[in-house]
Amino acid sequence: MTGFSKTEIDNEAPWHVRMIPFFDRYGILIVIVVMCLVLWAMQPEVFLSWRNISNIFKQTAANGMLSIGMFLVILTAGIDLSVGSVLALGMMTLAVSNAAGVPWPVVLCLSPFMGMLAGFVNGIGITKLRMPHPFIMTLGMLFMARGLANLISGGVPYSGLPDPVRFLGSAQIYLGEFDGTRYNIPVVFLFTIFVYFIFWILLEHTVFGRRVYAIGGNPEAARVSGIDVDRTLIIVYTICGFMAGVAGLIMAGRTNSGFPNAGQGMELEAIAAVIIGGASFFGGRGQVLGIFGGVLIMGLIRNGLNLNDVSTFWQQILIGGIIVLAVFIDVLRRDWGTRS
Amino acid sequence: MQKELEMSPLLEAQNVSKYFGAVTALREVNLQLWPGEVLGVVGDNGAGKSTLMKVLSGLYPPSKGNLFFDGMKVQFNSPRDARNLGIEMVYQDLALAGNLNIAENIYLGREPKRKYLGGFVSLFDHKLGLKMAKDHLDNLKIHVKSVEQKVEELSGGQRQAVAIARSIAFKARVVIMDEPTAALAIKEVGKVLDMIVGLKDRGISVVIISHRMDDIFYVCDRVMALYHGANFSESRLKDTSRSEVIGWIMGTKENVRELAHDRVQ
Repeated sequence: MTGFSKTEIDNEAPWHVRMIPFFDRYGILIVIVVMCLVLWAMQPEVFLSWRNISNIFKQTAANGMLSIGMFLVILTAGIDLSVGSVLALGMMTLAVSNAAGVPWPVVLCLSPFMGMLAGFVNGIGITKLRMPHPFIMTLGMLFMARGLANLISGGVPYSGLPDPVRFLGSAQIYLGEFDGTRYNIPVVFLFTIFVYFIFWILLEHTVFGRRVYAIGGNPEAARVSGIDVDRTLIIVYTICGFMAGVAGLIMAGRTNSGFPNAGQGMELEAIAAVIIGGASFFGGRGQVLGIFGGVLIMGLIRNGLNLNDVSTFWQQILIGGIIVLAVFIDVLRRDWGTRS
Repeated sequence: MQKELEMSPLLEAQNVSKYFGAVTALREVNLQLWPGEVLGVVGDNGAGKSTLMKVLSGLYPPSKGNLFFDGMKVQFNSPRDARNLGIEMVYQDLALAGNLNIAENIYLGREPKRKYLGGFVSLFDHKLGLKMAKDHLDNLKIHVKSVEQKVEELSGGQRQAVAIARSIAFKARVVIMDEPTAALAIKEVGKVLDMIVGLKDRGISVVIISHRMDDIFYVCDRVMALYHGANFSESRLKDTSRSEVIGWIMGTKENVRELAHDRVQ
């Protein structure tokens, strides 16, 4: 048996190929720093104020939950279009059952539970019913969950929730007073950090996580390696639905209500954050920290445009353009970085 | 062969048929693989070679017929069952995940784990995986820059080496290879063939599908031909010739000299 000569991305590779690992690692960070600098230069008093920063975290928390669940799905080269509707379904189940007098500990669990259920149905549809693409099943769920959310609430918003239910979405921890400003840290920000840490452990350090990457890289290889691909996918979609339910709980807490058209279009924002965060639609690529960055970038874009009074119509155009650009960068890095 | 009289085949297929709907892919096929033997399976496209290999490796259950391993009747419900007995398959498309590194690919599906909190949490042991992979590749004299390299950065031959290393990472007794040299650059073919000979030296039995007569005549002890999903002919390698084997592939046992396109003796 003889050895093989070394053939990897070596020093003779053109500069743009050698830059790939650098941008994979630091690209998102650079974008965030540049964005912060630009926003700070444009709105020096407001942007770096504690109030604005904690606002950004509060507003992006729900998207952060959806995005990390979506990331898991996109890692397997799938997609979940239903998360926005599932968020609304969870939120309405919570609000309606609260109005019906269900005790708060149960109400608290209902949104994540409904999310899990919807995600599980998605997973079963994609694997056992052999839907040709996750797109179909989750598009169906998008309509079904939205319809259910309207059905159980009669299409009207419910407001007024008990404090324990609102805790996650709206509570703040008082840090102290400094120079006449009160510093509070939103609970949901700490919760987001905690959730992302758990997902990092899950994806990088558990067998399940590595298998999710393997399925995204080559589902056939995973199957012949004895990995139960269907079971793994069902778990992945269930987790994604669960996170949508958690997002519903957070949003209900923040708004102190449930409204049946909540989360409309948020599935697309989550997909955008995941793609901007460096995940690949082809599956198997991306890091939890990158997704966190993607969520932050989405939040900064919205915040910056709002602070500068840019109309929501322009915001849509800009975010659309950024998504296309992010995917184009993904296509380029694939072309340059992979041997044919 | 005297050996064959006293020993039972390590792996045997008896009258195996496989139907896909109305299509008969295999018709009462028999195959014997002896311990420490390299068996070449040849046949034209659609002759049923790959189907037979997938039956042997547990990916397809046979429609009819039986499999025996070490003289015992066995039934595989998944590749995992076959693997547990030491039957490994190296697929034509290599079945590696390009986005994972070499070590993760070698142990995909059989990951080294480490338990925490009294067995409640079981995490993937990256460190152990890397060390095991490195030792394993060193042992096989396969040189890579690092076992942390992603597989998509490797050349075709290096990937094939990883796929073969993966197949014998645990106690393999049979390795089945589907066209192991088909996707390789010419200069890498020889290295992979030498690896296959190396498997035989380790006492592992090998079944190899190939279209390339050079491969068959370099590594095999015995060759069998399938034609239209059925056994056509078989022979020990030293009792046959390239043109005869090419004739079998085309479904004839006569006038092979006129049929054979490469007239190598």
